[in-house]
Amino acid sequence: MIPDFEPIVGRYLRLDLLGKPHRLYVEEAGQGIPLLCLHTAGSDARQYRGLMNDPRILQHFRVIAFDLPWHGKSSPPPGWQNADYLLTSRDYVAIILAVVDALALERPIAMGCSIGGRIALHLALDHSERFRAIIGLEAGAHVEPYYDITWLHRPDVHGGEIAAGIVSGLVGPRSPDTDRWETIWHYMQGGPGVFKGDLHFYTVDGDIRDRVAQIDTTRCPLYLLTGEYDYSCTPEDTLKAARRINGSQPTIMEGLGHFPMSEDPQRFLSYLLPILDRIRALRDAAP
Amino acid sequence: MERLLQLVNADARLVWRGRFVDTIFLVEVGDTSWLIKVNAGRIAAVTRGPFAMPSWTFALRAPREAWETFWLPDPPAGFHDLFALVKRRALRIEGNLHPFMSNLLYFKDVMAALRTREAVK
Repeated sequence: MIPDFEPIVGRYLRLDLLGKPHRLYVEEAGQGIPLLCLHTAGSDARQYRGLMNDPRILQHFRVIAFDLPWHGKSSPPPGWQNADYLLTSRDYVAIILAVVDALALERPIAMGCSIGGRIALHLALDHSERFRAIIGLEAGAHVEPYYDITWLHRPDVHGGEIAAGIVSGLVGPRSPDTDRWETIWHYMQGGPGVFKGDLHFYTVDGDIRDRVAQIDTTRCPLYLLTGEYDYSCTPEDTLKAARRINGSQPTIMEGLGHFPMSEDPQRFLSYLLPILDRIRALRDAAP
Repeated sequence: MERLLQLVNADARLVWRGRFVDTIFLVEVGDTSWLIKVNAGRIAAVTRGPFAMPSWTFALRAPREAWETFWLPDPPAGFHDLFALVKRRALRIEGNLHPFMSNLLYFKDVMAALRTREAVK
């Protein structure tokens, strides 16, 4: 009997990040234009399982997704027990560029969701020459905090249970049950303080409102896709950012929430595939 | 709101989710307030105000229109979850939030249980 393996292959990558040795978990599937995928705060690369199992994508794209340090199967750095985890814009960009270098990716497409969508805007602004296109999912220039994130990390509240409670409503109400609860399960598995540490970037350090208008989309196309039911990064937040970025191409995705690629992969692909076709056509048209 | 008792207690999985919850919380629907007593995840009592000296652990306060939109069978975006209401500043959550936050999935589903009533109306 032939085992029913998915096309996804996962490996551990050894590299130095932020001056320390790291062991990073990286998954990939498909062949062609590299498509580097960035997961949301407090979750991991499994969010992209739908893309990495779709033959329409794998035919033309080499989809790569890694777990950020502290997330999923990537370890925190040595000595982690002596410090709080806190994600900053500077570190997040450094990690992404180090992974691009370590894997020798030639001008990949970068696609990130939520914190990954926010850092996509940072990449579009400061490192556009490294990417052939950038796709921000649930991306805005800033999010006002609307709850006290200290609840996410205290010993008398179960971290997995509360993370699930926080994100449950961010999954679109029409999502298939299996994908909804898979998405929530990833959150339930996050380590203590990791979701909170990511939200430091999302709500404080990653604020890019004062610079977002400087993004030059003639150097690197920028697509922004946001779910109708996302109340963290709302459609209004994305459209507001898009109005300030000349040439950016926003789409509001009906019926979807904050985790489109994970909560309802098929519905999300109906929005993503035409964009990937356009990016592929750009390359084909290039001299 | 009185239907909450029957709706929650009939949902064995929801009661299980709240098995460590023992509290009294206040729900304010516009001008009307309710005290909801929970024992081990089961709704023990739903009492309608006004109250002279109500004692509660935490309170969920929102205008009537916000709750009514939240309780629609298919609520529009921004009204489909308690935290969506918080984000749009329609819902205020006050008091000792520990039981609420440490049982967030439970309390979200308890308040959403009233949607069923609307759906079958």
